Amino acid sequence: MTLVYVEHQDGRPDDASLQAIALAREIAGDAPLHALLAGPEAEDAAAGLGAHGVATAHIADHEVLATHAPVALARCIGELIERLSPSAVAAAGSERGNEVMAHAAALGDLPLAANCIAAEAGDPMGVTRIRWGGSLLEDARLHGPVKLLTVAPHTVEAAEVGGGPTAVERFTPSLGDADQVVRVVETVQQSSEGGVNLADARFVVSCGRGAGSPEGFAPAEELAALLGGAVGCSRAVTIAGWRPHTDQVGQTGTKIAPEVYLACGISGATQHMAGCKGAKRIIAVNVDPEAPIIANADYAVIGDLHEVIPAITAELRKAGAG
Amino acid sequence: MNILVCAKRVPMTGGTIVLTEDEQAIQTRHLGFTISPHEECGVEEAVRLIEANGGESVVLALGPSEAEEQLRDAMALGIDRAILLETADEFDGQATAAAIVAAIEAERASGVEFDLIFFGNESADSGNYQVGIRVAHALGRPCVTGVKGITVQDGRARCEQETASGRDVYDVPLPAVVTVKEGLNLPRYPSVPGRLRAKRKPLATSAPSGRAAGVEKLRLRLPPGQGKQAEILGHGPEAAPAVVEVLRRAGLVA
Repeated sequence: MTLVYVEHQDGRPDDASLQAIALAREIAGDAPLHALLAGPEAEDAAAGLGAHGVATAHIADHEVLATHAPVALARCIGELIERLSPSAVAAAGSERGNEVMAHAAALGDLPLAANCIAAEAGDPMGVTRIRWGGSLLEDARLHGPVKLLTVAPHTVEAAEVGGGPTAVERFTPSLGDADQVVRVVETVQQSSEGGVNLADARFVVSCGRGAGSPEGFAPAEELAALLGGAVGCSRAVTIAGWRPHTDQVGQTGTKIAPEVYLACGISGATQHMAGCKGAKRIIAVNVDPEAPIIANADYAVIGDLHEVIPAITAELRKAGAG
Repeated sequence: MNILVCAKRVPMTGGTIVLTEDEQAIQTRHLGFTISPHEECGVEEAVRLIEANGGESVVLALGPSEAEEQLRDAMALGIDRAILLETADEFDGQATAAAIVAAIEAERASGVEFDLIFFGNESADSGNYQVGIRVAHALGRPCVTGVKGITVQDGRARCEQETASGRDVYDVPLPAVVTVKEGLNLPRYPSVPGRLRAKRKPLATSAPSGRAAGVEKLRLRLPPGQGKQAEILGHGPEAAPAVVEVLRRAGLVA
């Protein structure tokens, strides 16, 4: 059998976890697929998993699991490995999925292949995983008595396969004091200040070093406001201290997925492209027709962002937007 | 207090990745190298904490002899000394963690205990998301990951993670392992005197012992769909109507 650690929120499994289930189902073949859930509303989240082919959902009950507690979760995985002897354990390649699986791998001294996009059952298991935030692929053999892997988000499609209802089995993991040290003790809600969240924005306009200065972002701010979008920037800009790191689009910044991404004065380093590959359409504005971003964009305007962005804003105003 | 920062030497890939003929690595003949971005912030945080609290900061890298360049860079920013675990081989997550644990135990044997050990949340290149966590378990220390804010007080570390809706806070006793993310701070630029001092700071090199790879790399390849050529909408401000048309087709303009 194959086990999947499922993250969930508001009583619903996360999309990335459903994608991990889809890959795990391929690995499992005819063997049963089990899931592990923990935390508040786990039972609600488990209810819909049958449709995704999960035969049994194991729900861990422990007070420390009321908030995120990665070592405790890894112990739960370890207990289920002992009890159920799965051939593989998968989770979403989310921040927390990768974290919990790394703890489970450390506890069991097992190899872990992070952010896989494909896997072929076997011993060793054949996997393809991403490097450089998705700019490079690695074909690898995953060894170990139990194969641990995470699934890179948005690389495998989740699918309902019309399975029967999921059987729910509750268990109380045996946790030592050391397993409960690392846990969320406080959650600080950020006031949104009426701004649009970069990660969720339907329109993003970013500028790179080509903006020239912090003030050089004013036209981009105006255009974003007009379209109800957000302003982003490249890593070069945050390193220069022109914009806060929260505005950075990239492998080490925010991953965006807008309908349109307008990338202005950005060369298109792999670091940046790893953050915007989720965009439906990329329009590059660049003075250099040879800039790497031109080869990775859907549309391009050859020109200076200081002229092009205000012209777009003016054209929108003329068209009656805003 | 004593702080260890583990940092990785990675190529600055620029716009296009080219692979070596044997498909085992990135062609780096024309590339510069840097410390992986998350770890740059680890270096900066270590320097700030030692400036504020006193003690010693140490930087460690596992990699080729050329990684000395990144270790000197870290020392130019204020790190006191460096450890190079020199190998031409690419270690997987388990092997890297085992080598680092051995180095930390050697430090302990010579009387140095680290209160904090910083890692990057994941390296820019291989992105295994596991080395810091494995080291923490081997040493029996707590590990907080993805940290973008840290306050050290009274033998504890208060660590903050960024979430979609705000921040999650952890509070762990020292000694601890913390994996950090870019945005934790804005790393300083090295000064000229800093660079000169770095040349004279101690750097200890040793050969780590490897172990069979649990994640055994067969080959690297570029993802499909590379190098599509953009449709040119126009030149300069005259292209604005065509851009608005794309926005309209995307449903962003009525």
